[in-house]
Amino acid sequence: MLTILFDGMAYGMLLFVLACGLAVTLGLMNFVNLAHGAFAMAGGYVTAVLMNRYGVPFLLTLPLAFLVPALAGLVLERTLYKQLYTRSHLDQVLFSIGLVFMAVAAVDYTMGSQQQMIRIPTWLQGRVEILGIQVGLYRSFIIAVCGVLVVTLQFILTRTRFGSRLRAAVDDPRVARGLGINVSVIFAATFAVGSGLAGLGGALGAEILGLDPTFPLKFMIYFLIVVTVGGTTSITGPFLASLLLGIADVAGKYYVPSLGAFVIYTLMIVVLVLRPQGLFARAR
Amino acid sequence: MLRRTFLGAAAVLALTGAALAQEPLKIGLILPMTGPFASTGRQIEAAAKLYMQQNGDTVAGKKIQLIVKDDTGTADVTKRLAQELIVNDKIAVMAGFGLTPLALAPAPLATQAKVPAVVMAAATATITEASPYIVRTSFTLPQATVPMADWAAQNGIKKVATLVSDYGPGIDAEKAFTTAFTAKGGQVENLRVPLANPDFSPFLQKVADAKPDALFVFVPSGIGAQFMKQFVERGLDKSGIRLIGPGDVTDDDLLNNMGDVALGAITTQHYSAAHDSPENKAFVEAFKKANNGMRPNFMAVGGYDGMHLIYEGLKKTSGQGGQALIDAMKGMSWTSPRGPVSIDPQTRDIVQNIYVRKVERKDGELYNVEFATIPNVKDPVKAAKSN
Repeated sequence: MLTILFDGMAYGMLLFVLACGLAVTLGLMNFVNLAHGAFAMAGGYVTAVLMNRYGVPFLLTLPLAFLVPALAGLVLERTLYKQLYTRSHLDQVLFSIGLVFMAVAAVDYTMGSQQQMIRIPTWLQGRVEILGIQVGLYRSFIIAVCGVLVVTLQFILTRTRFGSRLRAAVDDPRVARGLGINVSVIFAATFAVGSGLAGLGGALGAEILGLDPTFPLKFMIYFLIVVTVGGTTSITGPFLASLLLGIADVAGKYYVPSLGAFVIYTLMIVVLVLRPQGLFARAR
Repeated sequence: MLRRTFLGAAAVLALTGAALAQEPLKIGLILPMTGPFASTGRQIEAAAKLYMQQNGDTVAGKKIQLIVKDDTGTADVTKRLAQELIVNDKIAVMAGFGLTPLALAPAPLATQAKVPAVVMAAATATITEASPYIVRTSFTLPQATVPMADWAAQNGIKKVATLVSDYGPGIDAEKAFTTAFTAKGGQVENLRVPLANPDFSPFLQKVADAKPDALFVFVPSGIGAQFMKQFVERGLDKSGIRLIGPGDVTDDDLLNNMGDVALGAITTQHYSAAHDSPENKAFVEAFKKANNGMRPNFMAVGGYDGMHLIYEGLKKTSGQGGQALIDAMKGMSWTSPRGPVSIDPQTRDIVQNIYVRKVERKDGELYNVEFATIPNVKDPVKAAKSN
C-alpha cells in the first residue's frame, strides 16, 4: 500500500519535472507550446549520448541536459517563438506541433529510431526497505530532485525581483515596458528555463519512461493533462496535480488493472467538470 | 517500301522481345523503415540485401530487382504501397510486413492479384489464414510460447503471473501460454499492460505481492528493455521470481545495451545470434561485416530465410510468379541459420526448432545462450484447429 503510494509519488514528481516547464510557458507566458516534449527529448538525448559515447557519469550529464535544451530554447525563442507571442493560439499550436514533427524526424535521422539505453550508477539502482516500505533508490532520487526544484521555482516566482517582473510582464506587457522592465529579455530567460527544465525531466525520465524519437508525441498527452488539471497560473497547481495524477495512475493500475489506463483520464474529466480553470488555479 | 516497313516492324518486334526477356523479376519489400518499428525494417532490409549479395541477383536466368518501400508502420500505407507495387511495378512477389496489422492490410490484394506475400516478421497466428497467398518465414507467437509453458511445467514452476502488452500479439501469447500451462496443472494469473504504458511499477508491484514462481512476459522488443530495468529495480530478480517468456524481451538487437539486468532471463524462441551452427556463424559474421557491427536478430533471420524461400521458389518455377510460385514454396525445406526449417504445405507457416535460452555473458557480450531444443514445432493454434 505504502509502496504504491511511494511509486505514485515518484511517478508524479517525474511528470512534474517534465511538465513544469510547460506550465511556465503556457501558464505564465500564455503561449501554447506543444513542442515542449521536444525539449524534454533533447535533454534525454544529451544524457544518453554523453553517457554512452563519452562515458560521462550520469550526474554530470544532468546539468548539461538542462543547459543544452535551455540554450536551444533561447535560440528558438529569439528567432521563431518571439514572432508568435501576439498571434492567436491556433497559430501557436500549429507552429509548435510542426516543430514537434521536425524534431521527431531530425532525431530519427541522426540518432536512429531505436530505444536509447542509459545505465544509471549502481548506487542509484535497487531498493531498500524503510519501515516496511520498499523504497526504490532511483525513485527517491527523483523525488529529492523534484522537491528541490519546486521550492526553488516557487521561491523565484514569488519572492524575487525577477519573479515579480515576470508576473508583471505577463499580466500587462505594455505597462511593464513603461515601467522600464525589459519584457523581451524576461520572456527569453523564462522560456529558456522552461525548456531547460523539460530537458532535465527528459534526462531523469529516460531510465523509467524510455527514450526514442517519438518521445514528444508519446508524452504530450501527459504534459497537457498535468497542466489542465493543475491550472496554469502557478507552480504549486501543476505540482499538486502531478502528484495526484501520478498516485491515481499507479494506484488505479495496481487495484483495478483492467481499468487502470483510464483512471488518469477519468480524473481529468471529473476535475474539468468541477473546476474548469484547473484544480488549484484562481478563476480568470 | 513494303519490305522496308516489314523489316522495320520485325526489328521492333525483335527489340521488344529482347526487352521482355530482360525485364527483371521484381520483389516488393514493404517494411517499417522509419517510426517506432524501424529496427524491424532495418534488420530485414539488411538481411535481404546480404542474401542477394551472397547469392547473386540472377535467378532462373532473370535479373532480380529488390524494391524497398517504407510503410512507416502504418497499415493503410502498407496497403497503398502493395497496390502500387502490384499495379505499377508488376512485382512477382511481395515481402516484409513488420507487424500484424501491416501483414493483414494487403492480404486481400494478394488474393485478388494472385501475388504471393512472404511475411518476414509479423507473428500473430491467424495471419496466414487471411489469404491463400501468404507464406511466413518468421514465427508465430504461440509457436514460441507453448514450448515455454512445457518447459516451465517440467522445471518445477507451478504458479505463474503473465504480463503482456494489451494488443493482438500480446493476447495471443497470453492465451497460448495460459492454455498450455493450465493443461499441465499450473496456476496462472493474467495481467495486461496498456501498449503505451510508461511505468510498469504498479504491475510489477502486483506481481511482487502475488509471489509467483515465475513471471511470464511479452512486450514489444523496444519496451522490453524498459521492462527489464524496472523488474530489477523492484528487486524481483532477487526475490526468486524467474523471468520467462518468448524471446522478444531479450531481442538480440537491444540485449547488449540492456546491461546486466537481463542476465538470467529464460526465453523460448526460434533464433539467437549465439545459435551454435556453422551456417549461423557465417551468417552472423557476414551480417555484422556488411552492417557496421550490427548484430542480426530474429527479424533479420526471418528476412534472410524469406529471400531464400523466394529464390528457391523462383528456381523451381523457372522464374514464374503467382500461383506457381506459391505452390512451389509449399513444403520447401532447408537449413537456415536458425537450424532446419520447412514450410508447412497446409498452413503455409514455417515449421522450425524452438530453443530454450538463458541470457549469459559470452566473450564480454550478452547473448541468449541456447540450452535445450524442441524440434520441428508447428504453429499450435492451427494444429489445434485441424484436429
